Amino acid sequence: MYVAVKGGERAIENAHAWLDEERRGDPAFAALSLAQIREQLSLAVDRVMAEGSLYDPDLAALAIKQARGDLIEAIFLIRAYRTTLPRLGTSRPVDTGAMACDRRISATYKDAPGGQVLGPTFDYTHRLLDFKLAAEGTPAPAPAPQATARTAPTPHIAAYLQDEGLMQSEPADDTAPSDITRTPMSYPAGRAVRLQSLARADEGFTLGMAYSTQRGYGYNHAFVGELRIGRVPVEMDVPELGFAVEIGEIELTECETVNQFKGSRTSPPQFTRGYGLVFGKGERKAISMALVDRALRWEELGEDNTGAAAQDEEFVLSHGDNIQATGFLEHIKLPHYVDFQSELELVRKMRRDAGAGNTAEAAE
Amino acid sequence: MMRPGGDRVGDDRTEAAVTDPAYNFAYLDEQTKRMIRRAILKGLAVPGYQVPFASREMPMPYGWGTGGVQVTAATLTPDDTLKVIDQGADDTTNAVSIRKFFQKTAGVAVTERTADATVIQTRHRIPEHPLTEDQILVYQVPIPEPLRFLEPRETETRKMHALQDYGLMHVKLYEDIAQNGAIAKSYAYPVKVSGRYVMDPSPIPKFDNPKLDMPAIQLFGAGREQRIYAVPPYTPVVSLDFEDFPFDPSKADHACDLCGADTSYLDEVIVDDAGGRMFVCSDTDFCGERRDAGHRGAMSPPDAAVQA
Repeated sequence: MYVAVKGGERAIENAHAWLDEERRGDPAFAALSLAQIREQLSLAVDRVMAEGSLYDPDLAALAIKQARGDLIEAIFLIRAYRTTLPRLGTSRPVDTGAMACDRRISATYKDAPGGQVLGPTFDYTHRLLDFKLAAEGTPAPAPAPQATARTAPTPHIAAYLQDEGLMQSEPADDTAPSDITRTPMSYPAGRAVRLQSLARADEGFTLGMAYSTQRGYGYNHAFVGELRIGRVPVEMDVPELGFAVEIGEIELTECETVNQFKGSRTSPPQFTRGYGLVFGKGERKAISMALVDRALRWEELGEDNTGAAAQDEEFVLSHGDNIQATGFLEHIKLPHYVDFQSELELVRKMRRDAGAGNTAEAAE
Repeated sequence: MMRPGGDRVGDDRTEAAVTDPAYNFAYLDEQTKRMIRRAILKGLAVPGYQVPFASREMPMPYGWGTGGVQVTAATLTPDDTLKVIDQGADDTTNAVSIRKFFQKTAGVAVTERTADATVIQTRHRIPEHPLTEDQILVYQVPIPEPLRFLEPRETETRKMHALQDYGLMHVKLYEDIAQNGAIAKSYAYPVKVSGRYVMDPSPIPKFDNPKLDMPAIQLFGAGREQRIYAVPPYTPVVSLDFEDFPFDPSKADHACDLCGADTSYLDEVIVDDAGGRMFVCSDTDFCGERRDAGHRGAMSPPDAAVQA
């Protein structure tokens, strides 16, 4: 009895063996290959890369396979792995203006240089289960029609508003931002840290926070000024060479919202923006991030703090990380019988004291 | 030998000792360990002060002792002997898992005997066996901030510590007494360290609080909250109380049913469907040593009684 309560080494080993078996599922069916996950569950791969803060589709696919499709568990595997990687250097800031866009839409202009490019979106699909996909061995879909690739950079929509003075300009700042993985969080965190934190924040949390601003908790109406998805080159300065070389390409989703700003005593009415940027195809997350970013800028823009959760930097940043959240939440299933025992003693004692008190009162 | 972390493992270490060559000694790279050691030294210099540190993502979840694991990793040397306990026991699943982690990544000797360990990582208990100047006790801390449940904002609580503004805590303890006739805090009972900082001793039962003033170094690691703090040897640690309501380090009013000890902290175990109870030492090493020495409790199996 006593031993059973304490658990032990063999229990852990057996649990791991069972877990392995469950992960594999019925061996009568072929095992998933990483390539299948990477190619056919690419949005899951993208989410794991974004919230895992590591751009590596193959590792993300491996993490998803190992985690049996539990994306937060997969994100955790990636985070734990990335901590062990050496830091060889820092890339130059990527230029999203030079993005080769697969998708680029603006909700604020019917058309603009670079055009509206719908890209491979779910947006106008009818959400009807496609039972053809259930059949094994269906041939691959016919190739989609190709447009000629645009070679010129695609200018940001916000730049047009900025040229007219209608959009608040974001002052260029070349100071190295604090790195949230190397510096403990302190508040006020500042926008660079907020954006880093939001970029890896849980998609569901960010969505919920953003949604709450739309429903009036820190309300600020947002237009999607622009949403773009595509690949950008990553460049790194190589000291030995004295110039930057391209070390690869990554896929990014970027969202800039256009929000109204009534103006204050010091600044005329103009538009302001929220900004979202995530690895891979993650437009729900990018739009959410932009809304939350904008809500958190109330102080810098001289707006009222309405006490909404989405305006509260400490609240948002300290609760958005799903690895922190899930760890702390789930740790309550670990043994707590020492603490609980002390609570038992206390409650028993207080009940005894209360009982004695009641009897004394009744006697009086 | 180069590790992925870019660090060299000391030449005096044998290859066999490091069972997983993909990682540096004790998992963390040397730069990270240096950063953690700086935080530890600062913590020792300012007893009870919560030092922010750039906590790393560890291969076990936050809440499973990532803070303690990082402190242990930064503290361990190849010559150390490590003991890991959870709820006082060496054989609880998470203690087993953390001990295996360091066996795998650091190849250090491990022990269940409190007296033989040089570094002890613990969750929720201080061992019964008194610790010495040659030992380091590393605590896993879930919420390092003793004022957190009175004031959720870190920006505010840091100010309160800076100003030594602990009125809110005293009011809370007073209200407990006014409403319940007792301070309704049975674990993670707040202490004042060296007359300056109010500190959360981690969720140890208040029974353990008097032991916090001890010859060993005590290090507290909170991974998710990115804080390290420390109590140096022989530092006065006072459990908060009032003159007319003095601190009471209570425990179950029983003796251990296995070893008969009546001074150790006890776990209550439900033993049958009728709700029968037995009380056993939460410190498995302490209980085992007593039984080896021939001590017996009320529910000891009769056959075991002769071998001593």
